[in-house]
Amino acid sequence: MNPFSQRKLIISGVFVLMVLTYIVKLFFLQVIDQSYKVSASNNVLRRVTQYPARGLMYDRNGELLVYNQAAYDLMVTPNQLHEFDTALFCSLLNITKQQVDQRLRKAKRYSYYKSSVFLEQISAEEYGAFQEYLFQFKGFYTQTRSLRRYPQNMAAHTFGYVGEVDEKTTKADKYYNQGDYIGISGIEKLYEEDLRGKKGVEIFMVDVHNRIKGQYKHGRYDTLAINGDDITLTIDAELQAYGEKLMTNKIGSIVAIEPSTGEVLAIVSAPTYNPDLLVGRERSANYKTLRNDPLNPLFCRPLQARYPPGSTFKTVNALIGLQEKNINPASTYYPCHYGYTSGRFHMGCHGHASPLDVRQAIQHSCNAYFAYAFRDMLDNPRYRGIDSAYNHWRNYVSSFGFGEKLGIDMPYEVKGYIPSFNYYERVYGKGHVKSLNIISLSIGQGEILLTPIQMANLASIIANRGYYYRPHVVKEINGEGDSKLEQYRTKIQTMVDSVTFAPVIDGMYMAVNSPAGGTAGVAAIKGIEVCGKTGTAENPHGKDHSIFMAFAPRENPKIAISVYVENAGFGASWAAPIASLMIEKYLTDTVTRQWMEQRILNADLLDGKKK
Amino acid sequence: MERRSSFLKNVDWLTVAIYFVLVFLGWINIYSASYNSESSLGFSFDARYVRQLVWIGTAIGLATLALILDSKFYSAFAEMFYIISIVLLMVTLVIGGEVNGAKSWIELGPVKIQPAEFAKISTALVLSKVMSRYDFQPESFKSLFTVTAVIILSPLFILLQNDTGSALVFFALYLAFFREGMPIIYVGLAVWFVLLFILSLLLETHTVIIIISLLGFVLFHIYYNRLKETLIGVGIVCVISGAALLVLIQIMGFDETPLWLPFTIGIGIPIPYFLIHAYKHKLNHTYRIILLTIASIALAFSVDYAFNNILAPHQRTRINHVLGIEFDPQGAGYNVNQSKIAIGSGGFSGKGFLQGTQTKFKFVPEQSTDFIFCTIGEEWGFVGTTIVLLLFLWLLLKIVAIAERQKSKFSRIYAYCVAAIFFFHVAINVGMTIGIAPVIGIPLPFFSYGGSSLWGFTFLLFILIKLDANRDELIM
Repeated sequence: MNPFSQRKLIISGVFVLMVLTYIVKLFFLQVIDQSYKVSASNNVLRRVTQYPARGLMYDRNGELLVYNQAAYDLMVTPNQLHEFDTALFCSLLNITKQQVDQRLRKAKRYSYYKSSVFLEQISAEEYGAFQEYLFQFKGFYTQTRSLRRYPQNMAAHTFGYVGEVDEKTTKADKYYNQGDYIGISGIEKLYEEDLRGKKGVEIFMVDVHNRIKGQYKHGRYDTLAINGDDITLTIDAELQAYGEKLMTNKIGSIVAIEPSTGEVLAIVSAPTYNPDLLVGRERSANYKTLRNDPLNPLFCRPLQARYPPGSTFKTVNALIGLQEKNINPASTYYPCHYGYTSGRFHMGCHGHASPLDVRQAIQHSCNAYFAYAFRDMLDNPRYRGIDSAYNHWRNYVSSFGFGEKLGIDMPYEVKGYIPSFNYYERVYGKGHVKSLNIISLSIGQGEILLTPIQMANLASIIANRGYYYRPHVVKEINGEGDSKLEQYRTKIQTMVDSVTFAPVIDGMYMAVNSPAGGTAGVAAIKGIEVCGKTGTAENPHGKDHSIFMAFAPRENPKIAISVYVENAGFGASWAAPIASLMIEKYLTDTVTRQWMEQRILNADLLDGKKK
Repeated sequence: MERRSSFLKNVDWLTVAIYFVLVFLGWINIYSASYNSESSLGFSFDARYVRQLVWIGTAIGLATLALILDSKFYSAFAEMFYIISIVLLMVTLVIGGEVNGAKSWIELGPVKIQPAEFAKISTALVLSKVMSRYDFQPESFKSLFTVTAVIILSPLFILLQNDTGSALVFFALYLAFFREGMPIIYVGLAVWFVLLFILSLLLETHTVIIIISLLGFVLFHIYYNRLKETLIGVGIVCVISGAALLVLIQIMGFDETPLWLPFTIGIGIPIPYFLIHAYKHKLNHTYRIILLTIASIALAFSVDYAFNNILAPHQRTRINHVLGIEFDPQGAGYNVNQSKIAIGSGGFSGKGFLQGTQTKFKFVPEQSTDFIFCTIGEEWGFVGTTIVLLLFLWLLLKIVAIAERQKSKFSRIYAYCVAAIFFFHVAINVGMTIGIAPVIGIPLPFFSYGGSSLWGFTFLLFILIKLDANRDELIM
């Protein structure tokens, strides 16, 4: 009837076409394309990390050494800010108006909707005061963070410190995120994986302004944070504190080891620093100050300083000579007339009886005896050449753990240095190395370098008569053994048999206790059989370093110790009394020789090196 | 009594049922979009889903009113409605409240009225009346003028209110004119000008000019099949354009020469010659072809000008986004991108009722009004969106069927007006949420939250149902 009625088909066709087009488009959008689903969950899910409490540290007697204290980061969400009383705000937090403006600008630059740290680690006191007024400061809230605390100011180098993880680590290790804490040195670094625990995560749903709208799937995918393992150290807190006290105003180190286990009882690096300095808001500023201190308190001398061992090393040469039967404890006597002379070479010595046997040689620390003995070994035809003889000697020395890292469970240990024969061939020419060239090795001078911990370990080896356990500072993890502590439970044998040790121990005993006078009479303690050996490390840069190594008691030794005092002269003058006091303190828990203690405590051996 | 029962029998209950299903689904999604697990609003009037219930209740009242009123009432008072709605639009300009930059609301106590919704109905009624007059000749130029005048008056005021979306809806009413016999050439011209609009935005002006000129010659050749003359004409244009190009480069330098200029000269100069040639050989269509060519070129220029100088920057970027000229998911494209994420994340069967995260947590803007389709997409998935679209298609086809069974021309035209308005709303609203159409803020009928739009759509539809119920009578 109507000429245009067929147009209804066109119109209907347009309607159908539109709907079909949209359905096809929706099919692609909703069914085929998966990317929108990913975008959606990125939009809406926020993972909030639950930080576990870091493991605590105890000393060998269960005394708490390191714990956590809650600190509070003040967070700000710029778009929720209202006008606030800046004066009150500044006085509560002890910051200036400029700092407030600057930090707000920084937060805004980061994001208007997302919260960021406004002020790090405000103290509990500041937090308490601020909390009362928090309602006046809309847009601010506090977030708990935990800080390391130290009941006693000690063992900073052993504990190490924690700090924010760097970018390299976050890239390499997925566990860490920007802003996480990580152990940077000491035990904090080495036992990071035990101490840190396991982070948990709570998944929240957020709206477009990043406001939390509830838990995702009622927390089904949340994980709990698992607290870090507590660590029991081998350190004896009392001894450690005493050692640090004795070493005030001195440069050097004390390492005390329990010979029967290799457990480090005390490890003192002087000068040291207060571990509290490397915690919290002021950490980087304090670190900078310590870094620039000319006395280098951050340097962990027991593990990182290398010195020639001096006369203490004579014990090693004696042991090698005895084991190789180059020295007979009963029949080998060498003369000493104020030293050792060969051609135009002369090595001085001090006045004592001559000739003498190996015991007396150690007792009096006779240079000549060891010069003779050393040359006899190197030039002995049965080794078929000095190179092979030297290598033989070097193998012995290496079996004491010298020239290699001992493998203590603290970072940054260095190797020390025992030169190879090649080294001497480079210096003197191939085929031209003569025993006289390297004669200084006989008395612990020359090229060899030991770390204080290696020296303490030497005392431990002699105390044990031939073996040692790797020195270590961690006794238990979470109250029990751990597979990674197994390496410290293995006895390591040196190349010297236990029967060989008797004359050397006799010599060390006599050095301390002989009524006829030894080099270390000052170290004698009434009622305790102390065996010791002094040393003096020649120092081309200044006064010699004073060294003493000892163990006590003679039978069933409980403590082996090495003491280094830099630029303090003879071993007997400073290192020996310090070691003696340490031994007495550890074995008897008291100090009877007040005069000696006072002399040490009052001594300032920094020699004008202070700033 | 007899009459009444036959009236009730004549009501198209299926359409009424589709209406109720759509309104119900709409309310469910508004409930979900405004539902907040944390701060449950319960049955407070602050909650949008509670308010929408009130709007639905009043809308049903309005529907009943539409059915009760005499069907002659709508045609008789069409002009009066029209005048009232125009006056209301003018009043809105003066006292209206602003929402999202558009000044399109009048507050009447607790309720806000959007006169544009009313204007749609009144324009549809007047248009039906005008086109159903016995002397209405669709092919005459006068008819086109009249229809355009009726259609364009309201959107002029609505544009002044800064509510571009609602203004554009009125142009869909040409669909009814099309059904009534609008010459196909108008459709062709309209399609051509739309195409030209898009081409002008996508291509450089000189390229568009070259395309237009060539199409002009092609058209000439189709009409007269005179290949030789066509080629001569092309040759002339090419020579003049080339010469002009060379001269201009000499004068202005290579970089300074606007490329559109030589081509415009190349077309412009030979036009008098073409006209004389056409006059001599009595090729009368040539005049129109030349006119169309000139008009097209003029449009190409004016599109560039209008686009850069008349449209607001946000409107420009919205159009650019749809055309793919610009892409900036964080900036202007943010809404559409988030909307696509919401719909896309729904998958095949959706996340389930109240389980949507994108729509609820305000990633999607206007989630209970203009972007309500996102909630459908996210929570009910592809299944849900398809069902909703098919329901709308069913309604549209139903309206077409209703239209075609009317004896009265008035009723038929009105039915097409209703179909046109629904079609435009659905196409643009859904299209913008899935990134096919530019973001034009118009509601999805029966789904989007809001009293005015629900009342408007309900009244619009139920007037049709009333007219249809009385289809046996001849209205007018």
